[in-house]
Amino acid sequence: MKLNSLDRTLLLFTALLASYQVSEGIEGLATLPVTAYTIGFGILLIAALLIFILGFEVLDLPIVFILSTIIPLSLSLGLVWNHLASFRTAYLIFTIIGFLAVTFTRAIPMTNKMPVIILALTHGISGLTIFLLPIFLAIQGDMKLPFAFVGIGGGLIGIGGLLLSFLKMGKPILSRERIMRLFPLLLLLTTACFVAGFVWG
Amino acid sequence: MPFIGKLRHYWSLTKPSQSGLLLATGLAGYMSARATSITSSTILQLSASLFLAIAGSTILNMWWDRDIDAKMGRTQKRATSKGLVAGSEVLLVGLLVSVIGVGWALAMDVLYGIVVFAGLFFDVVIYSMWLKRRTAWSILWGGISGAMPILAGRTLGLGAIDWIGIMLALGILLWIPTHTLTFSMKFAKDYADAGVPNFPSTYGLGVTRAAIAISSVLAAVAMVTAGYGIGMHDGYMRLLGVLSAGLFMLAGAIAFKPTEMINFGLFKYASVYMLASMILVVLEVI
Repeated sequence: MKLNSLDRTLLLFTALLASYQVSEGIEGLATLPVTAYTIGFGILLIAALLIFILGFEVLDLPIVFILSTIIPLSLSLGLVWNHLASFRTAYLIFTIIGFLAVTFTRAIPMTNKMPVIILALTHGISGLTIFLLPIFLAIQGDMKLPFAFVGIGGGLIGIGGLLLSFLKMGKPILSRERIMRLFPLLLLLTTACFVAGFVWG
Repeated sequence: MPFIGKLRHYWSLTKPSQSGLLLATGLAGYMSARATSITSSTILQLSASLFLAIAGSTILNMWWDRDIDAKMGRTQKRATSKGLVAGSEVLLVGLLVSVIGVGWALAMDVLYGIVVFAGLFFDVVIYSMWLKRRTAWSILWGGISGAMPILAGRTLGLGAIDWIGIMLALGILLWIPTHTLTFSMKFAKDYADAGVPNFPSTYGLGVTRAAIAISSVLAAVAMVTAGYGIGMHDGYMRLLGVLSAGLFMLAGAIAFKPTEMINFGLFKYASVYMLASMILVVLEVI
């Protein structure tokens, strides 16, 4: 399925927003969250550029599983580091183990359900963290209300990740064509919510 | 032939998009120097002199290569290959445009003019006339000439050649093989038909892919080093680092798991990377 001009426009804006977030949106934070956010938004940027250049076929590459895991892991690590000081070390360990486990179970062919369980656990915990933590912080008044946009972005990227993961496992929730048609919009909305949340929150 | 038609042929002989991209690197090089007196007049004169020198050398290349261009499918339709413009006239126009471009550059600043002339000399004499039909390594000299505009721009802004200028030039020099070698893989038959030696025919596809991967990585290293030298702020350095990581990833893929899609991806991504780097250099100064 080929990209149309609307897809390309959406991807271009996604790349620009992610570029802004990497270069300007995370200034003044500590080294680890800056690194974590740079990795998360950096992968969003590269993903948007590569889909723009190569089309949707790039989503069929095996490395997509690993890269799509790094995005929620790194963004949630940044959030936890900034807002849940007592969980910093534990979450950092979870992030490292989660990443290594997903990479390991994808690199070595396995016939049991281990790869799916690892992927679901890692995505589930990190995805829920990005979705719930900013909303909780905004409701509690610890952050300004627009910070909840980060949570909405987390929810959207979670939906994208689920759609892609089930598609790749051969049990699609929506048809491949519909997922691909939605994907550029989902990517832009996700990035826009993240940027809005960080800028105004 | 009507004047407008002829003008259109000559305009196509300047390879406007390629010349435009090289001109953009020259402007970025100038801006990177953070010259205290950036005026619209200097920018206009830099643009005009550099564009004329680049266009002149491109026209001269077309004139010299018109026989082999006629044998290659990719270049058969050029006005020089099809005989739509007379060879002697193309030579005259190429020389005239080049002399005006280099002369203007020399009048602006002698060192700037020398660098611009060096680019033209490497491109036309060393690359096209001397080495292109003899060795696959001619692309190195083509690369050096392609790196001259950014060095020229910085030299004009700074009044001297410094290590940052050399790094910026290295970034372009090492980026060019990503383009030319991918091209030579895609159009291998064309080059064979014309008897032009290239990396795939001389060293094989594996070595060519390794050369593309290594040069891409080194190009990114040179650009990041230059960014550091220019004093880019942390945010832009992070962005440059992310874009470089994308280049590393594709370079690794082309070296270890090459596919047609990855080849094309690296080819296109490298252009986006270089354009983004130039924009960051300019934004840093603005």
